[in-house]
Amino acid sequence: MGQTHRKRAHISPANWSGRMVCRTISPPRCSLHLRLAFGIAMLVAPPFATQAATQEFITVASTTSTENSGLFRHILPLFEHETGITVRIVAQGTGQALETGRRGDVDVVFVHARTQEDAFVAAGYGVARFDVMYNDFVIVGPAGDPAGLAGIDDAAAAMAAIAQAEAPFASRGDDSGTHAAEMRLWAAAGIEPEGRWYLSTGSGMGATLNMAVQVPAYALTDRGTWLSFRNRGSLELLFEGDSMLHNPYGIILVDPARHPHIKAGQGQTFIDWLISSAGQEAIAGYRIDGEQLFFPNAE
Amino acid sequence: MKIERDLHPPILPLRLDRAGFAVAGEKLLQDISLSIPAGRRLIVMGANGAGKSLLLRLCHGLIEPGSGRRLWSSGETRPLAQAMVFQRPVLLRRTVAANLAYPLRLRGMDRATCRAMVEQTLERFGLTSLSERSARLLSGGEQQRLALARAWAMRPQILFLDEPTSSLDPSATRIIEEMIAAFAAEGITIVMSTHDIGQARRIAQDVAFLHRGRLIEHAPAEQFFDGPDAPEARAYLAGELVW
Amino acid sequence: MSDPFSTAFSMIVSGDPAFMEIIGLSLRVTLSAVLIACLIGLPLGAGLALARFPGRSITIIVFNALMGLPPVVAGLVVYLLLSRSGPMGSLALLFTPTAMIIAQSILILPIVISLTRSVVEDLWGEYREQLRSLGASRLRAVPTLLWDGRVSLLTGVLAGFGRASAEVGAVLIVGGNIAGHTRTMTTAITLETSRGELGLAVALGIVLLTLTLGLNAMVWFAGQWARERLG
Repeated sequence: MGQTHRKRAHISPANWSGRMVCRTISPPRCSLHLRLAFGIAMLVAPPFATQAATQEFITVASTTSTENSGLFRHILPLFEHETGITVRIVAQGTGQALETGRRGDVDVVFVHARTQEDAFVAAGYGVARFDVMYNDFVIVGPAGDPAGLAGIDDAAAAMAAIAQAEAPFASRGDDSGTHAAEMRLWAAAGIEPEGRWYLSTGSGMGATLNMAVQVPAYALTDRGTWLSFRNRGSLELLFEGDSMLHNPYGIILVDPARHPHIKAGQGQTFIDWLISSAGQEAIAGYRIDGEQLFFPNAE
Repeated sequence: MKIERDLHPPILPLRLDRAGFAVAGEKLLQDISLSIPAGRRLIVMGANGAGKSLLLRLCHGLIEPGSGRRLWSSGETRPLAQAMVFQRPVLLRRTVAANLAYPLRLRGMDRATCRAMVEQTLERFGLTSLSERSARLLSGGEQQRLALARAWAMRPQILFLDEPTSSLDPSATRIIEEMIAAFAAEGITIVMSTHDIGQARRIAQDVAFLHRGRLIEHAPAEQFFDGPDAPEARAYLAGELVW
Repeated sequence: MSDPFSTAFSMIVSGDPAFMEIIGLSLRVTLSAVLIACLIGLPLGAGLALARFPGRSITIIVFNALMGLPPVVAGLVVYLLLSRSGPMGSLALLFTPTAMIIAQSILILPIVISLTRSVVEDLWGEYREQLRSLGASRLRAVPTLLWDGRVSLLTGVLAGFGRASAEVGAVLIVGGNIAGHTRTMTTAITLETSRGELGLAVALGIVLLTLTLGLNAMVWFAGQWARERLG
C-alpha cells in the first residue's frame, strides 16, 4: 500500500503530517451484522492496523522550537524516501526530551542545550553527541522598544537594558534549551531576573510568544520559531547577531547498552544521514520567505 | 401445552406460625398464625396501616419473618410456583411480549417454549394486538392486565395481589376481577388485599382481618360478612374508622 | 488572521487527507475509549449500585471525585506505567494510539461508573420488589437494570465522550503529538496555537465542536425517540 499522489489543499497546515500512510481497507461485501462487527473491530484495534502499516520507524524526541519551525516536515520526507524508515517526532522541551531519552522511550534525542547534552552522554544514557546544525537566538519585543535595544551590540548588555528599564520580559521558565540560553545571558549580565516585569510562562516557545504579543513584552526566541510564527502582533525583531546567541543543535543515539530495545541501527542511520552531505544540504535548503533558518555544521 | 404447575410438588398449604415482622423495634406484624389451603380465595382486609401489604410480602417471601416461621408444604424456603401483582405494577421498559417473556427466561425456559408460552398468554388475555407495544405506554388498566398475565404465565399455584385495582376505574376493575375469577377457576389459590368491601364480598371465600399488625379474625366469607366476632372488624364493616 | 469559519469550512470541504486522518484518529481514539470505559464501567457502576459491602460509600465518593481527575494527571500516570522504564514498558505502547486510548479510558471510566451507579440505584428503588418477585437475583438484575436504564445511561456515555474528545493533556503526554501517527484534533489545536496560527487553531476548534455537536444531536434525538417509544 503506498500513496503516489497527494493533493494538499492550500489552507492545510503543512506540518500535520510529515508522512502519509494509506490505510484504505475496504470492508468485505457481507451482511450488515458482519459489517458492523468489522467496523467495531477496526475501531478498537487501531494499534495493530497502525503497526502493520508502518513497518520500520524510529521515535525521536526533539524540541518544540524545531517542530514549530517546520524543519522536520521539510527534511523527513527526504530521509524516509531514501531509507524507508519513518521518523516519529515527539516535540518536547529540551529537558523533557532528554528525560524521555533517559527513560528509553525514544531512540534518538535531537535537542539544543550543549551542557545538558554532554551530561546526558557522560552519564551513559547516550552513545555520542554529534553536531548537526545551529541557528541563533534573537530578542523580540514591542515595536516601540521601550528598553532601547537599538543602539546596543552586546547581548548581555541588551538583557541588562531590559532589566534596567523593568520592561516586561516573557521567559520560557521551563527546562528548555532556550531557557538555558536565556539564563546564560542573565548570568553574563550579572543580573538575577525578578520582579513584576519578569514573566515566567512555564510553557513552550509558541505559548511564550503568544503571551509576549499580549503584554506586550520582550522575549528571547530562536530565529526559526520567530520566522514561522504567525501571530506576531506588534512584536518586532529588536536584537540579533551576537555570538553569545549562537544556538547549536546536537543529536544523540540513546544507548542500547542501557535500553536494549533501542533501535540502534535505524537510529544511527538517521544520525548518519543528518550529518551526511545529503542531510546537511536538506537542512540548508529549508527556508521561510527566502530566509535560511538552520545552518548545517556537522564535521 | 403441558401445565408446568402439575410438574411441581404442591406447595400449599402455606402456614405461618407465630410470624412477626418489625422495623427498628416497631412491631408491624405480630404473632400471626395462619394456614392458606390450596384452591381458596382469601381476602385480606383491614384499615390502612393494619399490615395487609406486609402480610402479603411476608407470605410471598419479599420479607422474612423476624420471629416465628413461614412454612410451605413442599419444604422449600421460596417456591417458584407463586407470583405477586402489586398495586402499581412495575413493567419493564420493553414491549408487552418481552415483559411476558422476562420471568420465563429467568427460570431457564428455552427460547422456543418461551415464545409459545408468550403467544399463548397474549391470546388468552386478548393482548395479542398490543404485543409489540411498549409496556410503559399502556393505560393503567392495560398495564395491570399485563401484570396479571405475566403472573399467570409463571404458572403459579398461589397468586398474591396487593390492592390490584385501587388505582383503576370501575370498568378496568371489572376486567381485573374477571381475570382473578378465571384464575381461581383454574385452581390457582388467590390471596388478595383490598380496602373495597364490595370487592371483598364479590371475591372472598375466606377473609383474614388485620388490626394493628395482628390477625384478629380469620373466617369463611359468609360468616365474616354476616357478623364478625371481633368488634374492630364489625366497626370496619359498618364503615367506621378503626385504628 | 483569516476568518476561522471560512477556513474551517474549506478544510472540511477540501477533504485534505492529513486533516481527515487527524479527524479519523481523534474519533477512533475517543470512541474506542468510550467503548472500553462502557464495557468496564456499566457493569461496575450497576454492581456498585446494588452491592452492599463495607467501604461502599468511600468507593462511591472516590469515583465521584475521580470524575474531576485532571487529564494531565491521568496522562502522566499512564506515561509512567507505559514508559520503557515503567512496569509495563515491555509492551512498547508509549507514543501510540493505544496508549491514548488507555489514558482516555481511565479518564472516562469514573464518569461512566458514577452516572451508571446513580441511574441504576434510582431504577433499583423502583424495580426491586417486582424483580425479586419475578425471581431475579441481584446479579441477574444488573443487565435488566442496565437495559431498562439505557436512555438515561446514554447521558453518562455522552458526558464521557465529551470529556475525552475535549481533553488534550492526556493524549499529548502519552501520544506525543506525532504527525501522522498520534496527532488528534486537540493536540493539533495546541500545536497551531503555539505556532501562532491562531486562525487555523480556531478553525480546528470549530470543526471539533461541529463534530461533537453532531454526535450529541444524534444521541439526543435517538433518546427522544426512545423515550416516546418506550415510555
